[in-house]
Amino acid sequence: MRLDWEIAKRGYRRYAAYPAATWAGVFTNVVFGFLRGYVLLAVFDHRDVVGGYDAADTITYVWLGQGLIATVYIWGWFDFALRIRTGDVATDLVRPVHPVRYGLAFDLGRALYHAVFRGIPPFLLGALVYDLTYPAELWRWLAFVVSVALAVAVSFGFRFLYNAAAFWTVDYRGPAMIAMIVANLLSGFIVPLAFFPDWLKAIANATPFPSMVQTPIDVFVGQADATALLVQLFWCVVLLAACRAVFAAGARKVVVQGG
Amino acid sequence: MLYGRLVLARVRSQLQYRLSFALDTVAMFLVSFLDFLAVLLIFHATPRLGAFSVEEVAFLYATSGLSFAIAELVVGHLDGFPQLIRDGSFDVLLVRPRGTLFQVVSIDFQLRRLGLAVQAFVVLGWAISRLDIPWDAGRVAALPLMVACGAAIFCGVWVLTISVVFWAVEGREAANAFTYGGRQLTQYPIDVYGRWLRRLLAYVIPMAFVSYFPALYVLDKPDPLGLPHWLRYAAPVAAVGICVASALMWRFAVRHYRSAGG
Repeated sequence: MRLDWEIAKRGYRRYAAYPAATWAGVFTNVVFGFLRGYVLLAVFDHRDVVGGYDAADTITYVWLGQGLIATVYIWGWFDFALRIRTGDVATDLVRPVHPVRYGLAFDLGRALYHAVFRGIPPFLLGALVYDLTYPAELWRWLAFVVSVALAVAVSFGFRFLYNAAAFWTVDYRGPAMIAMIVANLLSGFIVPLAFFPDWLKAIANATPFPSMVQTPIDVFVGQADATALLVQLFWCVVLLAACRAVFAAGARKVVVQGG
Repeated sequence: MLYGRLVLARVRSQLQYRLSFALDTVAMFLVSFLDFLAVLLIFHATPRLGAFSVEEVAFLYATSGLSFAIAELVVGHLDGFPQLIRDGSFDVLLVRPRGTLFQVVSIDFQLRRLGLAVQAFVVLGWAISRLDIPWDAGRVAALPLMVACGAAIFCGVWVLTISVVFWAVEGREAANAFTYGGRQLTQYPIDVYGRWLRRLLAYVIPMAFVSYFPALYVLDKPDPLGLPHWLRYAAPVAAVGICVASALMWRFAVRHYRSAGG
């Protein structure tokens, strides 16, 4: 536990070192918040509720989602693929800490930094401009925080898996791009799951993707109860176990040149 | 032409791994329909978005998508440009007998991105087959022209906003608000956006000329915003304007560039 904590601190510091990057990112997340918000709000010109979401829930969903982008980090994470490509993964193999454990601890540290500096600012701005839906009960705020942490862990498992494609393919960006497009839709990031027809909602709910974005938001706006966290926990365990299995398979296969 | 030869060389190298390339392109093509599915999901909840039907929005989505795919193919790798500043390899480009912008743009050409263009093309075909467009010579000519102008506008915006990194190398992500943000903006009718956002992103950054105004002409649709009629013919002017502005910006930025290395 002490070790994980120390690793997490390094994850935090690595991202805290670039404040200008943080502000540039916040700016972009805010612009997209307005772009996405206006489109989804236009839907409510014609009706009051879509799949349990009213206009306030929807705009809350948008700004929470914008805050979760960097925190959950679904896009553009190639750290592990690059380690495989450059051969640095060889040093991971001789370390006394398993790379999945190391990566997860590091990523949770990163997520804490991003949650505070890239998650909260866009959400506060959204809260200033719009009337949002807030959790009515104290336990919901706490459940939301736990749900976000679980979302980060599930997302880490997912990212580690598509990065591990680099063990087998020359170009890891292709599989990564495909994984990200699928995740964008099925996680409920682009359009809330509440807007989905039932058959598509069923497909999405059979995957780990909603656990990365939609579940924490649903907990926040009161569309999901505490049992949703158990589903997240389930996917967390499944994906991290898959990461270990895939890493073991990849490590048997990897050949590092030079020495 | 040198650009053509450089691009061909990049393409040849990408085709070396033929199977990997084919799988990527096909998978990208299929998966990119999930992106359009998001538009359909919104129309699952509402019959109209602003003053536009699903077919009309699909038309906007597809024309803007084609423009964006072309722009991404030509200049999309500028997203990796800050690395050249950071590690000092931009200095090498300065001493070569070609323009720096030309060299930076010709560094890469990801043919795989054509998968997105093909997807946009399919959506365009679907939209046109379901829309009752009053085709005449002007409209037939306007369709490819609007895609070309849109691509030029995206390219201009890409170069213009990425120039920020000459001053703040960590600030690259801010450019996404205008490039990918522009893509997001132009796939929906601009009458759904708030007035201030429209002014900034649609008129100052002339994103409204990528799809919205030319589409009003092709679809022969009155402007729900009641803006002057001539705007629907003004896309070429906007394209030339933003490209000139971005070229000037790039020159200005390079002249002020101080290398970090020694």
